[in-house]
Amino acid sequence: MRQTSIIDIISPIMVGPSSSHTAGAVRLGLLARNMYNGTPKKVTFRLYNSYAKTGRGHGTDKGLLAGFLGLGVDDVGIRNIFDLEISKNFEYKFEYLEDFNRHPNAVDFVIEGTPNIVISGDSIGAGEVVINKIDNFSVKLNGKYNTLLLIYKDIPGMISNVTSKIPVNIASLNCDRYAKGEDASMCIALDGELQEDIIASIRSLPSIYIVRYIKKLES
Amino acid sequence: MEKNINIRTFEDLYNACEKYEKTIYEISQEREAELAEVSIPEVRIEVKRSIDAMREAIQNGLHSDKMSVSGMCGDDCVRLQKGFERKHALFGKLYEKIVTYALATSEENLRMGKIVACPTAGSCAIVPSVLVAVSDSLGISEKEQIDALITAGEVGRIISNKVQLAGAVAGCQAECGVASAMSAAALTQMRGGNVKQILNAVALAMKNLLGLTCDPVCGLVEIPCVKRNPFLAIHAVTASEMALAGIVSKIPLDEIIDAMEQTGKLMSPMLKESSEAGLAKTKTAIELEHKLGM
Repeated sequence: MRQTSIIDIISPIMVGPSSSHTAGAVRLGLLARNMYNGTPKKVTFRLYNSYAKTGRGHGTDKGLLAGFLGLGVDDVGIRNIFDLEISKNFEYKFEYLEDFNRHPNAVDFVIEGTPNIVISGDSIGAGEVVINKIDNFSVKLNGKYNTLLLIYKDIPGMISNVTSKIPVNIASLNCDRYAKGEDASMCIALDGELQEDIIASIRSLPSIYIVRYIKKLES
Repeated sequence: MEKNINIRTFEDLYNACEKYEKTIYEISQEREAELAEVSIPEVRIEVKRSIDAMREAIQNGLHSDKMSVSGMCGDDCVRLQKGFERKHALFGKLYEKIVTYALATSEENLRMGKIVACPTAGSCAIVPSVLVAVSDSLGISEKEQIDALITAGEVGRIISNKVQLAGAVAGCQAECGVASAMSAAALTQMRGGNVKQILNAVALAMKNLLGLTCDPVCGLVEIPCVKRNPFLAIHAVTASEMALAGIVSKIPLDEIIDAMEQTGKLMSPMLKESSEAGLAKTKTAIELEHKLGM
């Protein structure tokens, strides 16, 4: 069973009013920001279901944008993020949708720029979030661990090639692929930190297209 | 201490306290430190950060009557304070403080102020109001306040092993209900209760809130959430008083949590944060929805 922490129960310190709809939105935004790792041309935030229906009253729209711009859950700048200078760095819009196949608090970040990427996640309650899709790959990223995300060609030995270079304990490992021998994704949650040279050595492995090191969330 | 990592139920917790002759907060902070690979003082600094933020939220909330984005709530704490100036509360100063602090915090939350989700934002006022009002009134030291909040955190943690603390999953019993149970634990700890009394306070508080639905008007954390917080802060006090007197819950705590899990599963999704029934679909609530353009 997954072990919970008392600190998770008596925190975070956050801007209200809703852990799932405000703080969760900020954290999803922060994770999407760290995954994209660049300045986009345009971001379309697609809010689904409860996020779509009650998002404005809960500041979900503000939270998603604020997180994507790097503000933490306790930053009072969230309140007037639309007026802040940093929110003018790229174009953005919000879409409000219904889809009963999606989680009640689901969001897509449709990011246009170099590259174009769609990142999807859910706010699963009490401020906890999970990013579960990048483009069409299933991933699993909750911001609690430093995580290495790879997109690569599905070839034998790839997992051991990568993991043999990682000197710290691996907390979880999730892989997905389109089909045998096609593009695949690997999401490695780590108990410790990775140094830049290790990440570079993984990046230099053959048949790896994208490597992202996504730091765990501070708040 | 290896074994404490595996404390999953209240029975496990009680047994660990008995075996090592330790209090709940001692067992909990040791476990937490081991799990996060930090020292116990580091864990306690984290906990103190939450207490400081709780106090700040209360202070900010006491002095504001700014309304929420929806315009439905935000000025009742000022109204309550003026009311107490005109006519003191029947139950005295400490009661006044608890309900005022609770309303201050939950109103601060809805106007997008900074609060501590404890365990959630919608239930953010229940633990702080009791913790701060009681510790200030009784002169409880900072050390003991931290002990109390760790005790509350441990209670929330164990419940969350069974039931996800989210209205959308198990109704308000899993948010304000759990906050009230946590608050009862913190208060009983502050007042010198033993492990049995603390766990009984939790059991009594939790048992009385089983089935509490989550049917917020317009889907916002405002009606009935804001005023539910002060109610359930006082509810925690009642549970603690009974437990300190030696009253024992006839149903063991772990079984109450099982019942809570089952109740959450049986509760209609229409009453779990979706605002499709109950208070959220009253005539007046629907009118409010239209007014807000929803």
